[in-house]
Amino acid sequence: MSFAKNLVSGTNFDHTSLSALQKVTLRAVVMSFLFYGLVAFEGMIMRMVQTGHDVNPLPPMFSDPNHYFSIMTVHPIVGIFGSTYQLVFAAFMFLVPYLTKKPLYSIKLANFVWVMITLGTVLAWLAAFFWQYAPLYTLYWPLPADTQQFHIVGGIIFILGVALIMIGTFGFIYNIYGTIFARVGVHKDKTTKELLISGFGVDGILNLINKLRGKQPYTKEPALALPVVAIFRGTVDTFLDAVVILGAGILVLVFLLADLGGLHWNVATIDALLYKNFFWWGLDLVADGLVLIYVAGSWYLLATLITGQKLFMENVARAALMLELLVSWMVWSHHLLADQGQPEMMKLISGEMVTAFELLTQGLALFITLVTLWKARPLKMTMELKYLLGGLSGFGLAVPAAIIQADMGMNRVLHNTQWIIGAHVHIAIIVGLYMTLYSVVYVLWPLLTNNTKLWSSKLSNVHFWLHLIGGIGMGAFMGMAGLDGMLRRHLYVNGEFNPDMIFAAGFGTMLLVAWMVFLFNIIMSVGLKGLIGIFLPAKDATASYGLEPEKA
Amino acid sequence: MTFTNSLELLSFHWVAYTIYSAMILSVIAWFGYNLTREKAKSVFRIPFYWYMAFLVAGGVGHHIFTYNTIPWVSEDINRAEITPDATYDFEIKNHVWTLPGEKITIQCEDKVMFNIKSHDLIYGFGLFRQDGSMVMQMQVNPDSKNNLLWTFNHNGVFNIVSTEYAGPAQYDENGKDLMEVKNFVAVVGCKKGGLKK
Repeated sequence: MSFAKNLVSGTNFDHTSLSALQKVTLRAVVMSFLFYGLVAFEGMIMRMVQTGHDVNPLPPMFSDPNHYFSIMTVHPIVGIFGSTYQLVFAAFMFLVPYLTKKPLYSIKLANFVWVMITLGTVLAWLAAFFWQYAPLYTLYWPLPADTQQFHIVGGIIFILGVALIMIGTFGFIYNIYGTIFARVGVHKDKTTKELLISGFGVDGILNLINKLRGKQPYTKEPALALPVVAIFRGTVDTFLDAVVILGAGILVLVFLLADLGGLHWNVATIDALLYKNFFWWGLDLVADGLVLIYVAGSWYLLATLITGQKLFMENVARAALMLELLVSWMVWSHHLLADQGQPEMMKLISGEMVTAFELLTQGLALFITLVTLWKARPLKMTMELKYLLGGLSGFGLAVPAAIIQADMGMNRVLHNTQWIIGAHVHIAIIVGLYMTLYSVVYVLWPLLTNNTKLWSSKLSNVHFWLHLIGGIGMGAFMGMAGLDGMLRRHLYVNGEFNPDMIFAAGFGTMLLVAWMVFLFNIIMSVGLKGLIGIFLPAKDATASYGLEPEKA
Repeated sequence: MTFTNSLELLSFHWVAYTIYSAMILSVIAWFGYNLTREKAKSVFRIPFYWYMAFLVAGGVGHHIFTYNTIPWVSEDINRAEITPDATYDFEIKNHVWTLPGEKITIQCEDKVMFNIKSHDLIYGFGLFRQDGSMVMQMQVNPDSKNNLLWTFNHNGVFNIVSTEYAGPAQYDENGKDLMEVKNFVAVVGCKKGGLKK
């Protein structure tokens, strides 16, 4: 087939054969990867600015603080919500029906979710682009309500954007729980109580207790598969996090609207440190709650799908997910170790001790996944296995990097430096999370596209290596700059931290090229026609996968 | 073993984390290679409970190690009970510092209390060496107690930088940090390798 024909029509992709569930999943996946590209470009702009005027080829406007910090504000919004949330939500709204053998609660709601998150992300981006609204994603009070520095209209649009994202998130949560608790198919005879017990992993704990007491297991066949339990559990944190972010957004919006109406309310009525605690409690649930739980669940699913075998120590894994949920609610103080008004006891217990538990829970997930793979060897080194190993490496690097800093001694000299955003956050997200998600993409690809042939496996490999090396390299050099004193939310325009920043930009370029290669390969596989076809209404309204056709 | 300043601590940290990173990447690479081999044998078995004990020891041991080797941890926790050798009060409003004088000179091993008050936004207070490396920092919240007790064990001249973003007004249009106060703190009286003569 010619290059042009592939570009237009793909390999053997037929969008008209897709069900409603497949289409809604692919729509969100497409939006997710487009936003990923945007975030990679934004990241590269910031990387280039940090190399300094002598090296940076960009026009001076990119070094303007208003412009620079606008980018820094939307970078995580586009990356975390526009890209990661979309991809994870899409995968889970497909996987829950697939794993529970039940239809998705509502296809309409799934469409609503990706539209809301896309619209919200675009609005937030526009607020930063046109009005240069730049309080950063942390929204530290009272900066987002500072109308001396920021345009009120920009602030209102930004907050509305974030609110739409959170409303979309609530839609996802409702859809997931609506599907899990639906008493149809294999769950026709299950009670809500039984599903709840399984969802919270209580059956896993009871099985362990019974085993220790030499009794029969509480249940040999838990109501919910382990990956569904992880999705169930992670979604609890997703809900709490959305409530907090929406609450903070409403607070900012009320002050901005009052200002617009000529009422200049005193921002000091809100205690900045108390707000910080409230905000970090919720925001940290993204990082230390839903991401870690969702990732553990994804590893378990991938390990079982790749090996075709049962998960090693499944009951322990179920119980550990419960522990992870409780841990995730009590660790936010590690973000406040540099706040001297924060009670020392909270720093010590929440910031240090409970946070250290994450080493245990994530280490356990790593161990169970590796042993499951090991017991099934020899395995073929497929793309999904490669990406899974890449994802495991990412968290193997990033979790200890954070635990090291979640310490009162280390934090004094590392807080707000590039160490945390490079060695921890970027490696966790780009290498750990995204490589896990790429593995999921490769596993789901035949299911979602009805066995469409990938255009080039060579390009898949090029993407893998560029992404892995680029991600680790960029994070490592950012981290090293952090050890040298480079701050994370600071503007450097004279190349103060070169050559670290030049190397970081070089590795960042690899990430950008990796995304281009991946996108090109996907477009050549599904074709431009197919890509557009994904967004056309599905002729087949089926909301499940692998079951007898049923009409939603 | 005691770290007398951030340079010593971060150098140690750099080496330790680099070794760890090389180890974990090698283990996963070795693991990946052997997953595809028919006759791959375990080099050694890691009993599950020993692995978990190792993780617990790592998580808890890290804090015990830093508490015993980094002097500013216990000083920070007990700062309310410690009488400082000198106290300096700073204020910030509209991205402008009100400083306690032209510059301050500190004697080696003196315990110095820095009190910072913000009248509007959240800022940061950090001391940086001339090469850009960080001595220490803290967050500065409005209407909150922001005090940090610090013992200086090495000579040097340090710049003050706000370590928390408080909006673009902190910079001019060329990106120059308007809140940076150069050469404001000088420490004297230490011998070459640090501590008192």
